[in-house]
Amino acid sequence: MLLDLRRAITVSIIFFVILGLAYPLVETGIGQALFNHQANGSLSANGSEQIGQTWDGPQWFHGRADGDDPTATGGSNLGPRSKELLDKYKERIAGLEKEGVTPHQDLVSASGSGVDPDISPEAAYAQVPSVAKARGKSDDQLRALVERHVEGPQFGFLGASHVNVLELNEELATLR
Amino acid sequence: MAFVWTIVAMVVVLALCWRYLGAYMVAVYEGRVRWLAKVERPIYRVIGADPKAEQTWKRYASSVIVFSAIALLFSYGIFRLQEHLPFNPEHMPGVEWHTAWNTSVSFVTNTNWQSYSGETTMSYLSQMGALAVQNFVSAAVGMAVAVALIRGFARKGSKTIGNFWVDLVRGTIYVLLPIAFVAAIVFISQGALQTLAGHAEVHNALNGASQTLPRGPIASQEVIKQLGTNGGGFFNANGAGPFENPTGLTNFLSIVLILCIPVALTYTFGKMVFSVRQGVAILAVMTVLFGGWLTMAAVAEQQGNPALAETGVSQPLGNMEGKETRFGALSSSLYNVTSTQTSTGSVDSAADSYTPIGGMAMLTGMMLGEVSPGGVGTGVYGILMFAVITVFIGGLMVGRTPEYLGKKIQAKEVKLAALGVLVMPITVLVLTAIATAVQAGKAGPLNAGPHGFSEILYAYTSQTNNNGSGFGGLSANTPFYNVTGTIGLLLGRFAIIIPALALAGSLAEKNAVPTSLGTFRTDKPMFVGLLTGVVLVIGGLTFLPAVALGPIVEQLSHGMFW
Repeated sequence: MLLDLRRAITVSIIFFVILGLAYPLVETGIGQALFNHQANGSLSANGSEQIGQTWDGPQWFHGRADGDDPTATGGSNLGPRSKELLDKYKERIAGLEKEGVTPHQDLVSASGSGVDPDISPEAAYAQVPSVAKARGKSDDQLRALVERHVEGPQFGFLGASHVNVLELNEELATLR
Repeated sequence: MAFVWTIVAMVVVLALCWRYLGAYMVAVYEGRVRWLAKVERPIYRVIGADPKAEQTWKRYASSVIVFSAIALLFSYGIFRLQEHLPFNPEHMPGVEWHTAWNTSVSFVTNTNWQSYSGETTMSYLSQMGALAVQNFVSAAVGMAVAVALIRGFARKGSKTIGNFWVDLVRGTIYVLLPIAFVAAIVFISQGALQTLAGHAEVHNALNGASQTLPRGPIASQEVIKQLGTNGGGFFNANGAGPFENPTGLTNFLSIVLILCIPVALTYTFGKMVFSVRQGVAILAVMTVLFGGWLTMAAVAEQQGNPALAETGVSQPLGNMEGKETRFGALSSSLYNVTSTQTSTGSVDSAADSYTPIGGMAMLTGMMLGEVSPGGVGTGVYGILMFAVITVFIGGLMVGRTPEYLGKKIQAKEVKLAALGVLVMPITVLVLTAIATAVQAGKAGPLNAGPHGFSEILYAYTSQTNNNGSGFGGLSANTPFYNVTGTIGLLLGRFAIIIPALALAGSLAEKNAVPTSLGTFRTDKPMFVGLLTGVVLVIGGLTFLPAVALGPIVEQLSHGMFW
């Protein structure tokens, strides 16, 4: 028993050094050297392309109905028969309709992370008429813009098609 | 269609893991793998372990317990003292006693139930040096126990079942560390963070948004949390968070990492008992159960969210409340089912917001006892106990002393297996009953009605099965839930490990009985069907009433909202 105790303590210290310090620190070194942009949060001038932001007003493409606070991530956790969820949905739908945006399911529902950076291509196309009207652009021009930003499933079969809202709006802002 | 290819790719990769990782693990635990001997040998020298000196089951079990107790104290100390320790760029204060206690127990038991939010609670040292270290070693403990039980079946007239310290070290450095090391680099390339820098402040001039982005050494922890079927997220959002699980590829790799060791261990098992077919039979049971539950969740999540349906908005993408766009409803269901059937408990979508049947798939997947395919090691020793019960029932039917893998199964073995199988349901049901009866428990749920009950039931089911996923709406970071939860965590781990090791000891001593015409073959479809039935019947008989009060009522309540 006492021998076990000594072994447990020594092996815990050894594991702490190998697995708790050496392993993550070596990975950090490799990550910083080879994939510096990704390892630090994929930051650009306007934020992180991986973290969703809130876009208000009909002049922008909207993202998921998230809080977009990266310090408090997570979903709404409201159950599928929650009255609170139903009320939230009704409120969001009314808000979107007031702006003239078709309430696509992505724009009404919240994501799992609370900072989903993407929407589905359908949700982006659904917003084309309202954004075009607010910016005085043609629908065709904006539809072409969305099309340039559609990313299919990775390697053609992993995950789902999506559009990064930050990148989409960044290019929208530069559109003439 | 893309999803079909995802499944095909998953099956192909897992088949390769089964064959090659499975064979590699046989060699590792038999001491034939030596490419890291320069690390391995010195460890044995320092801790004074002799690779040739084996232990009886009692010595093995006491080593497991002493090691786990020290690991627990070590982690608890780091959490409490983190404000005085290095790698704390955001100056996180020491963690509350009850949160630190629950978290230490949770990670040492390979559960990773998290009542805290990582981004606002844990320093980088706590994440790397306590949580991630336990992700490795608690997994290695599970594998060690599984291998010890397999040795029990394989050996004849032996007093010993291996050396815990040696099994622990070998599993960690030869299996877990190399795979994690490579996978982490892939995760970083996809956009998982790996930095020691603190929060980043960003401002967007276009929309006027300002954000604080918590960061950290995430990728290195993310991969081992999956590979070791631990499941604890660096941040609260867990695998849904883009900094942990950035792309379709990382989502797929997460699923493969979770499943590879549990699946491969069935080959290891077959090889070590000198009949790969026996391992195939076990894997077949796991596959049937997994496929059934995956279908249940995937079909349900395609139906859309009842609350959103009520508003009249169409849902061609399925239920997307709590799901990430880049994964979609199908890949999310696959991830969450994988994680709940393996005692992992990481989620890439909010379990609480699944449809009633989708949520039920996750809840009842755990209730089967985490054997389809279950956690690393825990799945194999779990299902072998079910197998003992199965041959016992088979023996009763034909009136013969049951045998399994050439060993006579007698009263002692059946009692130990029954104990190992029944500890979990009893603990879950008693704890849930207590929580629904006292005020401190009733204060927990976020949602009203049957869904609130499901949140409580899910919490104890998850902790006692050492899964760690949650219906996140439950306010679990209270002294009541933190302390009662640890009862489930500890019983679900050690009250199953001890019977499993006792079973190993008892079996190892026995001599083999020759196979005769009357022997019930355990490598045939008949056995696969019977074992599947036993797992389903035991889970169903114990949990059906409780499940009826939660997700089933919820599913049947058309048009009602609470």
